[in-house]
Amino acid sequence: MAEAHPVGFQWVMEAKRRGATVIHVDPRFTRTSAVADLHVPIRAGTDIAFLGGLIRHVLDTGAYFEEYVRAYTNAPMILRDDFCDTEDLDGLFSGFDPETGTYDVRSWEYKDDDVGAAVGPRDDRSKVPEHERGQIAGSGGAPTSTNPPRDDTLQHPRCVFQVLKRHFARYTPEMVHEVCGIDPDVFAAVAEALTRNSGRERTSAFCYAVGWTHHTVGVQYIRAASILQMLLGNIGRPGGGILALRGHASIQGSTDIPTLFDMLPGYIPMPHAHREQNLETYIAANTGDKGFWGNMDAYFVSLLKAWFGDAATPDNDFCFDHLPRLDGDHSSFETVMAQARGEVPGYFVIGENPAIGTANARQQRRGLARLEWLVVRDLNLVETATFWKDGPEIATGEMRTGDIGTEVFFLPAAAHSEKDGTFTNTQRLLQWHHKAVEPPGDCRSDLWFYYELGRRIKARLAASTDPRDRPLLDLTWDYPLDESGEPSADAVLREISGTDADGKAVSGYTALKNDGSTACGCWIYSGVYADEVNQSMRRRPGREQDLVAAEWGWAWPMNRRVLYNRASADPDGNPWSERKKLIWWDGSAWTGGDVPDFPADTAPTYRPPPDARAAEAIGGDEPFIMQADGRAWLHAPAGLLDGPMPTHYEPQESPVPNALYPAVRANPARQEFKRPDNPYHPPPGSAGAAVFPFVFTTFRVTEHHTAGGMSRWTPYLNELMPEMFLEVSPELAALRGLRNGQWCHVVTARSAIEGKALVTERAKPLRLGGTTVHQIGVPWHWGFDGLSTGDAANELLSVTLDPNVHIMETKAATCDIRPGRRPHGPDLVAFLADYRRRAGLED
Amino acid sequence: MGNSWYGPLADPSGNAGYAADHPPRVGFFTDTSVCIGCKACEVACKEWNALPADGPHHDQPDLLDLTATSYDNTGALGASTYRHVAFIEQTRPRAAAATVDLGMPLPAGDATEVRWLMASDVCKHCTHAACLDVCPTGALIRTEHGTVLVQDDICNGCGYCIPACPYGVIDQRKGSREEGGGGAFKCTMCHDRLGAGLQPACATACPTESIQFGPLDELRDRAARRVETLHRSGVPEARLYGHDPDDGVGGDGAFFLLLDEPEVYGLPPDPVVTTRDLPSMWRHAAAAALTVAATVAAAFLGGRR
Repeated sequence: MAEAHPVGFQWVMEAKRRGATVIHVDPRFTRTSAVADLHVPIRAGTDIAFLGGLIRHVLDTGAYFEEYVRAYTNAPMILRDDFCDTEDLDGLFSGFDPETGTYDVRSWEYKDDDVGAAVGPRDDRSKVPEHERGQIAGSGGAPTSTNPPRDDTLQHPRCVFQVLKRHFARYTPEMVHEVCGIDPDVFAAVAEALTRNSGRERTSAFCYAVGWTHHTVGVQYIRAASILQMLLGNIGRPGGGILALRGHASIQGSTDIPTLFDMLPGYIPMPHAHREQNLETYIAANTGDKGFWGNMDAYFVSLLKAWFGDAATPDNDFCFDHLPRLDGDHSSFETVMAQARGEVPGYFVIGENPAIGTANARQQRRGLARLEWLVVRDLNLVETATFWKDGPEIATGEMRTGDIGTEVFFLPAAAHSEKDGTFTNTQRLLQWHHKAVEPPGDCRSDLWFYYELGRRIKARLAASTDPRDRPLLDLTWDYPLDESGEPSADAVLREISGTDADGKAVSGYTALKNDGSTACGCWIYSGVYADEVNQSMRRRPGREQDLVAAEWGWAWPMNRRVLYNRASADPDGNPWSERKKLIWWDGSAWTGGDVPDFPADTAPTYRPPPDARAAEAIGGDEPFIMQADGRAWLHAPAGLLDGPMPTHYEPQESPVPNALYPAVRANPARQEFKRPDNPYHPPPGSAGAAVFPFVFTTFRVTEHHTAGGMSRWTPYLNELMPEMFLEVSPELAALRGLRNGQWCHVVTARSAIEGKALVTERAKPLRLGGTTVHQIGVPWHWGFDGLSTGDAANELLSVTLDPNVHIMETKAATCDIRPGRRPHGPDLVAFLADYRRRAGLED
Repeated sequence: MGNSWYGPLADPSGNAGYAADHPPRVGFFTDTSVCIGCKACEVACKEWNALPADGPHHDQPDLLDLTATSYDNTGALGASTYRHVAFIEQTRPRAAAATVDLGMPLPAGDATEVRWLMASDVCKHCTHAACLDVCPTGALIRTEHGTVLVQDDICNGCGYCIPACPYGVIDQRKGSREEGGGGAFKCTMCHDRLGAGLQPACATACPTESIQFGPLDELRDRAARRVETLHRSGVPEARLYGHDPDDGVGGDGAFFLLLDEPEVYGLPPDPVVTTRDLPSMWRHAAAAALTVAATVAAAFLGGRR
């Protein structure tokens, strides 16, 4: 965190100053480790085994927060009789189909669960199409029954609590040592520190970044941390939680108002071709029946009104048919593979640099080379715009510039300091940034670009009577412009926040209507312009406020700073402890420092009648209001595709077998792409595995940003971290003849990259039982353009995805390392072919 | 008036002739125990002072090669580098490293643990600044804030200040006058910000308050309390460096909290203002001259006898 989020890390240092214990778990010893109280080195890709060990410790020693677990989690819920755990099936859950590599998830549900009747005509979730996997539930939490049978004594053998205990029984400290390479006494120290600092009086927080998500089991990593935090009572309470440190400024914002193919703003699912034929069937299939997701129709109709204005009327389903429909998986990697097949004519790349910044960069460039046209908008002339002349394939002779037909349009972009707008951070906090300087030359903001693009296309289509042009012509496109033609970002935020029938800013999403009288660009952001004030601009210093500091920026939803904060009080509505109080029931309403994440006047004793829906269906002691049963899920009865509970599986490529479940090596539901341009290394134990004996993990340094598009053109940053390097232990250096400061190169079946060896005691080999695992740190900031150039880490990686969210595994894979420079030119092609041949991979 | 060459001196600005209502002496307290090595100070300093990127070698801006010395590619302070974050990797017995009681004994024995020290170095703005003392043009001055400043329009690039500095801070920038080179350069404590009531750029950018700016007296009090706190919380190796008015330079305007011996960070353990002995040298020279004169005179007088 100190390495990649140094500004946010100031608050960790502040906590440390006030007595907090900081524990850093990372394969590498980084700047964070340097100031942490304890650094726990771990084998890359084994965090579920580590977290599972902690879960087992908490369950075994009784260190869990019993009242919290009983009342607020689904620990008492009873599971179906046909549910089988990985303990029963040697590493698989019930429902696995080896033919398709997918699960039929129905047996994971609660007993007597009749989901169809409970939530209306939802699609049969046993046949979830691949492209809507993780996103099926939108904002609403996965659909399941609201009131399943349960045993509040937690003794029933099929209740979640007992199932969970059995599931994690084999995650012993010895197993953690065997799998992760963590000493049992270091593990015990972590377990002790964590449990001692959790409970009524104290809370602990987990912070993670892409080191956790970039795995074929990425979603289950987060699930494992969630289970641990729920057991310890660390969710919905001040100082607790799981904080996702995002990979770029405002990536949270570009998820909320998404750049994802299967989402509309506010996590509203994208409609599907042929299944959701009209507004009514779409709403019926996607509305929740409990909690604020029950009013999804109001949010959705308001969104259509924001986009299509007066053209959206009840008679035309508010222009529902103007929306594109999903007809398959259009996620990033699928799209690029389709490009390589010549199926994609055009591509916009905005503030991203896939030619070096995405796993299996060579595959990305092959896709780019088959486009008809490519638009790149960036601060600098990045590799994605120059691959056709500077790319590695030109150097090796695998591509010739003259053969590449892609027409590239490079458009210079304004930086954040050169335009107005908001950043949305980890804490869902919107903070306004004002333009400090005019952008240089022809650089323009993204807002200007899209506004102008839309304006010009609309002008060209103005006379069109073709129905397919109707959506563009009907789009509201009327933002005020400043003297330089820049649209007002403030006006855009106001549109996002929403307006009522009189055109006045709404107070929040509870004011939105399903009759077309309100308009709102993103329901979860509704209220950011309440009282006609841009709330994200607020900058009242923390020292002038209480601990919650509610008047700094604005957090969605409704300026709540801690989600599910009803859980900060006990079932009767009293704070769990004076020290950790946040909101509480004062006899007539919820009150306290934060905005209650709960219906403000629902008493703790309230029990909803059977026919209640939306907010009225939330019981007074059910804090997890986005979940169908009002509880936090230790076992996820729905919503996941690779298991209801996290299970340790090895990465796609690892040097050792799965010690926990020898029969199932890697996540059985992972998405593999067995293609010639995406070869995988042989699994451990097979003939060629020894060709790639080491582990590598990709990482960032403070001095550079992502793939370097912003930083490698900045002299002040380049001089601080001037060259591509590879971090190795003295032991590995001795083994392979590497010398500090001298060239070396890392090889995989995909490619070879070179850098200077940084031999450091900070890197330590891990000992797992009888095996020693060497891990190599590979920064991914370099590429072939810019002031500081070097090989890109993404050349090394294959594409294998987490099935829930299609994220690639970049944080753990196998490789070889050798001294000296890699072969250049055509020699590289022969060199890699030789490696693949030795590994027994077909070429 | 106090001792202006050596020893404690309460008010260097007053000593330099500023009126009694001059602003208080300001300085830096750099607490290396909370430094995360982000180098924001280095970048902020170069941005504000419009310093050239001089590269890892300080004189070949285009040569971008790794020093392979931990994460330190700056190496040292220089004429275009007024802040330098040092990275020191140490391996030591694990028992010594357990700074916080985690409730369980960690394995000791032969086990070792890595420690990574980070520290942002800067001009010390000495109470007795030898660079200033030796400057023949008056380019180096004591400011009203008690800091030491090079006036680059007066500096003639003679370079006398360079060997005079006991810390090796000040340096000469290569190149012609027209290119911004020729003269001697070092940290100005952002003199052009102080007058406007702003903090220096490095202290403003530092995310963890490792670099603290303020009136020197306050900083010294704060630093003493911080050392006490660290000692109480199991960091016995915490110590201050450059805070003591009785040291060889009369105390630094920029002082440090370190977690090891100064030499580990590349700092001289016992710096002495190189002009400390000037008065006695002058006295000796004068005595010698007098002796010679007396001898000569005696010789003449004796000769007449």
